[in-house]
Amino acid sequence: MTYEFDWSSIPGALPFLWDGLLVSLKITLLAVVVGIVWGTLLAMMRLSSLRPLSLFAAGYVNLFRAVPLVMVLLWFFLIVPKFIEQLFGLAPGTDLRLTSAMIGFALFESAYYSEIIRAGIQSVPKGQLSASYALGMTYPQAMRLVVLSQAFRNMVPLLLTQAIILFQDTSLVYVSALADFFGAAYKVGDRDGRLVELLLFAGLVYFVICYSASTLVKRLQKKYHPA
Amino acid sequence: MIKIQNVSKHYGDFNVLKDCSTSVSKGEVVVVCGPSGSGKSTLIKCVNGLEPFQAGEIIVDGTSVGDPKTKLSKLRSRVGMVFQHFELFPHMSITENLAIAQIKVLGRSREQAMDKGLKLLDRVGLKAHAHKFPGQLSGGQQQRVAIARALAMDPICMLFDEPTSALDPEMINEVLDVMTELAQEGMTMMCVTHEMGFAKRVAHRVIFMDQGQIVEDDSKEAFFATPRSERARQFLAKILQH
Repeated sequence: MTYEFDWSSIPGALPFLWDGLLVSLKITLLAVVVGIVWGTLLAMMRLSSLRPLSLFAAGYVNLFRAVPLVMVLLWFFLIVPKFIEQLFGLAPGTDLRLTSAMIGFALFESAYYSEIIRAGIQSVPKGQLSASYALGMTYPQAMRLVVLSQAFRNMVPLLLTQAIILFQDTSLVYVSALADFFGAAYKVGDRDGRLVELLLFAGLVYFVICYSASTLVKRLQKKYHPA
Repeated sequence: MIKIQNVSKHYGDFNVLKDCSTSVSKGEVVVVCGPSGSGKSTLIKCVNGLEPFQAGEIIVDGTSVGDPKTKLSKLRSRVGMVFQHFELFPHMSITENLAIAQIKVLGRSREQAMDKGLKLLDRVGLKAHAHKFPGQLSGGQQQRVAIARALAMDPICMLFDEPTSALDPEMINEVLDVMTELAQEGMTMMCVTHEMGFAKRVAHRVIFMDQGQIVEDDSKEAFFATPRSERARQFLAKILQH
């Protein structure tokens, strides 16, 4: 007996799936923004000549890179809601899963972004910093106007690629039963007994989004770094 | 203008600079030469605090460079420096390269900075290239822009760190011409260079360094006619052979 596909539960579930996709995109966007900002600070600390700063940054990066993402997410589901409840005096049981997912992703991704950004900063010749100093710029001015603005130009493809990976990884929030896109598809499939169809459909959507995004990145790369 | 007193610097056990003392007065052009690894680049980078030193004192226009209380960025904004590898900012146009520090460091308005930048660009003969990016210029042109960029800050003196060493031979002269003109206008200059022709033509004094020490510090006439040390004689014999 062969499996008979039945796609009929998908059209009705589209609004719910769309909401799920928005959750995934929201988490991705926030994690990318925070990841780049916090990652830049971490990278600068790591390259700093002040031992405590560079040790802290190295410890942070190594810790998060040596632990599976799922585990970090679970920690945050278990710890952060309680912490936020106490901090803001919220009623116990307020749904903070999205918030804690966002914080977990942002802190985790910062570690990866900081390594990309560190490599980017190191790709700018040292003489550029000397030249900025020689013109009387302070460290923050030299970093912002000269070093980081060149580093980010070189890093754009890598940062976007990392964002695509991050978008795929958001599916891991299913551990908290949060309805991101993958979670939503799973729920619908489970409810209608059509798990195979729903998961195939979700996979297709992930594929289309990620593949077009990475094609776009490749084009950008060709445009700005031909050869 | 620049006073270097008993300056020493070491990386671990290795002495890069040993008890160096000299001075450059206002309007004077001093050429620093010596074999590679003799510490001449390090010495010139100590003058604007790009390289820290462990002992001695450097006074630039009354300000002590080594003093932790000195605001180095402030001092550096008054001391122009030109590097071996030009170090123009590749992500900015030539005009932007000329204007950025004037705007961000000296607080000049954009129009003022652009105006000044273009005037100096004209002076080094590159006005037509104003809208280009550094990567579109030849090495000699880039170095001339770098000189204009330093001059745009109205420096009280200029430091040159092997400004022609990274250039193709046919481009060396265009840079030396700009430097010569600058010297003739009375700019205080300290130049690390191997261009002995330039030294003979323009310098007032020549400093010869070897193994981190200032071996000779003399008027150019005396230096080229009768170098006192054996090392300097050998160096000159090698470099002037051709």
